[in-house]
Amino acid sequence: MKARGKFIIGSGIIIVTLLALAYVGYTQSKTYYHTISELSTLHGAALHQRMRVSGDVMAGSIEHADGHLHFVLEENGKELPVNYVGTDPLPDTFKDGAQALVEGQLTPQGSFVAEQVQAKCASKYQAAPVGSSMAVAGKS
Amino acid sequence: MEGSTLDIFGSFALLLAFLAAVYAFVGGLIGIYARKQLLSKSARHAGMAVFGLVALAVASLEYFFFTDNFSLAYVAQHSNRALPGFYKFAALWAGQEGSLLWWSFLLSMFAFSALFLNRKRHPELMPWVGVILAGVQIFFLTLNNFVANPFNVIAGADSSGVLRMAELSHGSGLNPLLQYPEMVIHPPMLYLGYTGFTVPFAFALAALLGRYPGEKWIHITRRWTMVAWCFLGVGILLGAHWAYAVLGWGGYWEWDPVENAALLPWITGTAFLHSVMMQEKRGMMRVWNVWLVFSTFMLCILGTFLTRAGIVNSVHAFAESQIGSWFVGFLAIVLAVCLIAWYKNRDYLRSDNQLDSLVSRESSFLFNNLILLAACFAVLWGTLFPVLSEWVTGSKISVGPPFFDKVNIPIALFLLFLTGVGPLLAWRKTSFDALKRNFAWPLGIALVAGAVADVLGFRNFYALMCLILSIFVTLTIGSEFYRGARVIASRDHVNIISAVGELTMRNTRRYGGYIVHFGMVLIFIGIAGRAFSQDVSKQVSVGQSLSIGPYTIVCQNFDSPSNDNYTSQRATLEVLRNGKSEMMLYPERRLFTASQVTETIVAIESSPLRDLYVVYSGIDPSTNKPVIHAFINPLVKFIWFGGIVVILGTGLAMFPERRDALVLRTATQPSWGEAVPASAAPALSGSAKQSGQSFLRRTDSGDDRT
Repeated sequence: MKARGKFIIGSGIIIVTLLALAYVGYTQSKTYYHTISELSTLHGAALHQRMRVSGDVMAGSIEHADGHLHFVLEENGKELPVNYVGTDPLPDTFKDGAQALVEGQLTPQGSFVAEQVQAKCASKYQAAPVGSSMAVAGKS
Repeated sequence: MEGSTLDIFGSFALLLAFLAAVYAFVGGLIGIYARKQLLSKSARHAGMAVFGLVALAVASLEYFFFTDNFSLAYVAQHSNRALPGFYKFAALWAGQEGSLLWWSFLLSMFAFSALFLNRKRHPELMPWVGVILAGVQIFFLTLNNFVANPFNVIAGADSSGVLRMAELSHGSGLNPLLQYPEMVIHPPMLYLGYTGFTVPFAFALAALLGRYPGEKWIHITRRWTMVAWCFLGVGILLGAHWAYAVLGWGGYWEWDPVENAALLPWITGTAFLHSVMMQEKRGMMRVWNVWLVFSTFMLCILGTFLTRAGIVNSVHAFAESQIGSWFVGFLAIVLAVCLIAWYKNRDYLRSDNQLDSLVSRESSFLFNNLILLAACFAVLWGTLFPVLSEWVTGSKISVGPPFFDKVNIPIALFLLFLTGVGPLLAWRKTSFDALKRNFAWPLGIALVAGAVADVLGFRNFYALMCLILSIFVTLTIGSEFYRGARVIASRDHVNIISAVGELTMRNTRRYGGYIVHFGMVLIFIGIAGRAFSQDVSKQVSVGQSLSIGPYTIVCQNFDSPSNDNYTSQRATLEVLRNGKSEMMLYPERRLFTASQVTETIVAIESSPLRDLYVVYSGIDPSTNKPVIHAFINPLVKFIWFGGIVVILGTGLAMFPERRDALVLRTATQPSWGEAVPASAAPALSGSAKQSGQSFLRRTDSGDDRT
């Protein structure tokens, strides 16, 4: 029984440590998913969270200016102006009408600062193919 | 029309396969309860026939791909005429319907092998195994036939409103990201792993339902488990290498839901491969082992589900695919069956022994399992967090790589520590003297090496820990080989090299296991190298250059080679090191004609110590200049090389041991899986006495015998 008791104490220490690490990792990396229409209902701390928003790239809205890229996402008639500040060139699937997922933060003015943009061609949209293809969606 | 008869042929074979599986299931059950041997036999034959029928369906679908017959929706969506034949073959599993068919095919192959190889053995156990295998097959064949049928034809209403079949003249092409040699091997490997775990699951559940005596099911399924585990591991590594070579973001692992989905059953499978030894040697952890097998199988199904249904990645949960609810239903049924089987037979799983000491082999296995399960749980939790948080709080929250890294890096280091310590601890209790004898030198050398590295400026804490532990584990493994081989060398008067060979072949399971451990050490070293990677992204036109680490990359030319399948933009880069020209690199971006999708072809110059990884990221729209993104990724090659070592070690551990073969020939063994009596060992023990007691103790108790 003595060994068993020691084992249980050891396990307890390990599990508590891991839980603490998990909590720290969680607070550092949690990202909320929101639809564009939900954004206007957010208030307080929820406005400053890191979030992902998806929508369709509005036709003709993509503009390149002073090294930055601006475009407008739309979903069910609601619009969200986006300013892309990331350094990676955008995927080629990013064009008018494509489905895009942006990750970043809202500004107080109600526009969105995106650090990452993922895009899928609307016409090719289907369940992900085999293997790490979600990785494809995530990185292409 | 030739095509239309063949698609009827294919779907008919698929339907017959479904009926055969139903017969194997129902007939098998009646055979067991009514004790009708003939019925059980015919149920087994039906179970084996499923393989042939699904194979026919696969062959006829491949025929459509190879003849560019675009009358099937699936073929039209995933192939085109210009696609090379190699990829036409692989296009079979490029989409949902085809990969589910491929699942069924591999599953039926495993089921066939298990039923065929054991047709004359274990007469009380095999009928149950057949029933359970058939039950799993029924689920997947239901999907193949009625939910996601790959033989659906393209049809449309003509001018008079009559529905007619149509044949398209062109297909829309295979996703170019899948047009890569590894993508042809990666899904089959992964799926062989996923499906392979069905066999141990079937044996475990069968043993429980049939109350089959003793630990026999573990002996029978050990090799099956290792095969599945190895395939799954190879699949994961190939996927990582594919991501590294094709996706062009400089890494190989991003804690993506699909990556995680494959890792989960691999982790529980690893835990199982270790904890079975507790059951074999000490009669402990029976309940635990049964549940590990059950969980591994359910995680395989969950993995297939996450891969196929895409619930986690999408913003709108469950909207993606109607197939999700089928998987959830099946998982619920499997869980219910497992719970009932366990509850009704839990007395059969009682433990023989208790834990004696904290410093013992038993407790190292317990910690190993605890920590692996913690890793599994953390990865599962993080992967499903968007779904769980939406259910609980209504808002969908995802967690990123920092969450997974924070939890899993300490776990990995602790596992590495156990890898070094565990195998050298004795069963029951290890004395302090034995600890000192086994670990003083390896630990001392590793700590000195760590101190030297620290002085040399090696400051990343986790990487430093990984270095120390890797040296420690390598030394303990080396000393195990050396001690054992020295005994044989002095007894048989052979040199130490052939003694190592003799030692390994004498106990392939143990020494194969050590080689697997060494492979994992190499993989961990490679992963730790990530702490030192660097990258530079810069706009360069012809004649300009960028610098990274010791390299200067000069842009020589841009051109656009193309063929029927794609058009391409390519950079010609000269790499200088310390002012001297070292090599040319040609990173590319290909635009595939049929699908209009772009793919990055990364240029990688790989050496054992570092990879130079160069991506042509495209043309910046505001300046019209090409962007080159260069990475230096240290030690990545260790990961791929370590993977090969793990495969070799696993293969060796599955190899029959020399002594076993002799024993079998004298026909004193009822089956190969029976424990070999310890009397086979004394030949060694005489000289082992002087050379190290831990070696003697283990040989005497015969503890690593199959």
